[in-house]
Amino acid sequence: MKEMSKIVKNITKLVYGFIIIFGFYVIVHGHLTPGGGFQGGAVVASAFALLLISYGQLEAKKLLKVDIFSLLESCGLTAFIVIAFLGLGTTFFYNFLANSGGWFGNAVTPGINPGDMNTAGVLPLMNMAVGLEVFAGLGIIVLLMAEGAEYTNKEGEHRNDR
Amino acid sequence: MKKIVFGIAFILFFSFMLVSAINMRPFGEPTFSEMDDYFIKNAQSEVGANNVVTSIVFDYRGFDTLGEATVLFTTISGIIALFRRVNK
Repeated sequence: MKEMSKIVKNITKLVYGFIIIFGFYVIVHGHLTPGGGFQGGAVVASAFALLLISYGQLEAKKLLKVDIFSLLESCGLTAFIVIAFLGLGTTFFYNFLANSGGWFGNAVTPGINPGDMNTAGVLPLMNMAVGLEVFAGLGIIVLLMAEGAEYTNKEGEHRNDR
Repeated sequence: MKKIVFGIAFILFFSFMLVSAINMRPFGEPTFSEMDDYFIKNAQSEVGANNVVTSIVFDYRGFDTLGEATVLFTTISGIIALFRRVNK
C-alpha cells in the first residue's frame, strides 16, 4: 500500500489523535452515554486504519506492531473473564461492586440525573476490557490485510517483508 | 419411506405453525412487556448505571457478551492463521 499525497498525510497527522481520544471517551463513559466497549474499540481501530491508508504500510508499521496488538487482545479477553469470575461468591457475572460505596460503587438516584463516573460497579471495568480487545483485534485485522495486499502486489518477486 | 417421513414431519410442522398462528394475539395489542418494565424500573437502582442498555448487555445478559467477545477472539485467531507467512 503506497502512501497518499501530502494533504492527506497532514490532515491525518492533525486528526488521528482526536479520533483515538474520542474512541477512549466512548469506551470509558460506556455506563453513562450511548456506546460502550465494542463501539469505542471500533472508533479507535478506524483511526489505525486511517493512519495505515494515508501513510502506507511501511511507515505505519513502525507505530503499529502485530505482536503488541495480539498481546493486548489476549489481555482484554482474559481481564473480561477474570472480572466475571470475581463475582463468583454469589454467581458468575455478579456485579459485586455496584452500590457498595467503594470503587465505582456510588448509588445512583433513579430517574433523570446528571451522571456520575464513579457508579455502576464492574460495568466500566468490563467496558475497558472489551474495548481493549476490540481495538487490538480490529487493528490486527487491518494490519494483516494490508500486508496481504502488499504480498499479492509483488506476486512475481515472492517478497513478504513481515 | 423417505417421502412418508418427510410428509409426516411437514404435517407436524405445519400444524404447529397453524396452532401458533391461531393463538396469536390480535393485531395492534402490545406484546408481553413485564421484562421491559422490570428493566426500566429497577436497572438504575440495582446496577447503578444510567445507561440501561449497557446494564442489560454487561450485567443481566453477561453470558451473551462473553460469547460475543469469544467469537471476536476466534475470528481474529482465524485471520492471523489465514494471513500467516507461507514461505521464508
